[in-house]
Amino acid sequence: MNTALHLRATTTSVAATKAFAAALAAELRDGDLLVLVGDLGAGKTAFTQGLCAALGVDVAVTSPTFTLANRYEGRLVVNHLDVYRLDSPAEAEDLALSELLDDGVTVIEWGDRIEAALPVQRLRIEITFGPGDDDRLIGCDMVGDTWAGRFGDIRAAVGDWLAA
Amino acid sequence: MSADIGADVILGIETSCDETAAAVVTGGVHVWSNVVSSQVEIHAKYGGVVPEVASRAHVETIIPVVDEALDRAGLEGRDIEAVAATHGPGLVGALLVGVSTAKAMALVWDVPFVAVNHLEAHLYAAFLEEPDLEMPLVVLLVSGGHTMLILMEDHLRYRVLGSTVDDAAGEAFDKVARLLDLGYPGGPEIDRLSVEGDPAAIAFPRAMVNDGWNFSFSGVKTAVVNHVRKFPETPAADVAASFQEAVADVLVTKARRAAREHGASGMCLSGGVAANSRLREKMAAACRDDGLRAFLPSQAMCTDNAAMVAAVGWWRLRADGPSSLAAGADPSLRLPGH
Repeated sequence: MNTALHLRATTTSVAATKAFAAALAAELRDGDLLVLVGDLGAGKTAFTQGLCAALGVDVAVTSPTFTLANRYEGRLVVNHLDVYRLDSPAEAEDLALSELLDDGVTVIEWGDRIEAALPVQRLRIEITFGPGDDDRLIGCDMVGDTWAGRFGDIRAAVGDWLAA
Repeated sequence: MSADIGADVILGIETSCDETAAAVVTGGVHVWSNVVSSQVEIHAKYGGVVPEVASRAHVETIIPVVDEALDRAGLEGRDIEAVAATHGPGLVGALLVGVSTAKAMALVWDVPFVAVNHLEAHLYAAFLEEPDLEMPLVVLLVSGGHTMLILMEDHLRYRVLGSTVDDAAGEAFDKVARLLDLGYPGGPEIDRLSVEGDPAAIAFPRAMVNDGWNFSFSGVKTAVVNHVRKFPETPAADVAASFQEAVADVLVTKARRAAREHGASGMCLSGGVAANSRLREKMAAACRDDGLRAFLPSQAMCTDNAAMVAAVGWWRLRADGPSSLAAGADPSLRLPGH
């Protein structure tokens, strides 16, 4: 059964988007899947940088668009994917996703492009442009039973940024 | 091992990304053959390189490409004195094809195997066309996967001054091209469209231009997105030209400052983005103004090829001896000293 619980947050700078991701990172565990959705320039890579830094990744986290997948070692392993170039879930078969998802936290930028090929249990984060050039709205959908059970903890962790 | 480290006739193999390439180079500089089989058409429908697809294509093409490199050089396997292959950085599955092939050939021919760093190979591309390049030299290595500013002090001796903290320059070109509904790869498309546009139409940000040696191209990409959202009526050619100008400006300004601070005698471009016409113009003009030698390699040497791998093989064999046959692919290999 699909249950989805929703949170809405706002940030006003790239630094704040990173801090939001860092706060969320404290709640993450092995095997978690995060699907990042948002237009070019919304801040998906910045979000991932904040998340990785909080997980103790001490190397530069750059965009994986070219190679599609980067792997970082921190407190948890982070698989950082970017499927911007893929146009359908069928094309995702070549990524060997199921193997990646076995290990660490997997963050998939532009994950909505291959949503049908992804497991049900996932945290879907959609970043959209706000009124000012640096304003962003961050919507979090906790999809699936296991994420739904973590709703309270996650809401508490990111409380500083929640929209009124 | 029958051949010693004085081996002169080197077979180079390159499979780090989407080009399957083999070349025969002697003396570290004389190119006897340089064969590249591009997968661009295979990957165009994805708008970029898909790793598993790339690995499969390498497996299918590597042997014919090596055969052709030997043929064009007028040589046979037994003439080869060492085999050099790129072992990183790149796509792990793609790298494995070249590394395994090179090791197998080295074993069969009983010659040394040399594992080559792809980034170091890019530094040597220029020397294949200009063996007498004077050092210290500032090299701007710009491609779809990398953006690095390197000070080359002597052969095999260099320092990475800075690199990108987010998007690679070539990646920014690809993303902006996609935003403007242009084709893949984005670099040549933006270059082409920019000819009709005004590079001063929009003042896109020049991130970190006067600050340190690192690069950031995420901000200019976001600025292009914001501009297109707010002013959809702006001609795409003006957006492309202004974006290209901002990127080329940052790259050249930093390289020029590095050359000045480190007393370099010249500046050199390398990597796929080095084919960008505006970047070449600006680099040439900066060198002219500062009394530096500009070296702008041909497109064949800017993009991935195996001649540059064979050249590094020649140098590395002399400096470090053969690599172990146990050496594997290292997808996140860095330049020494970085």
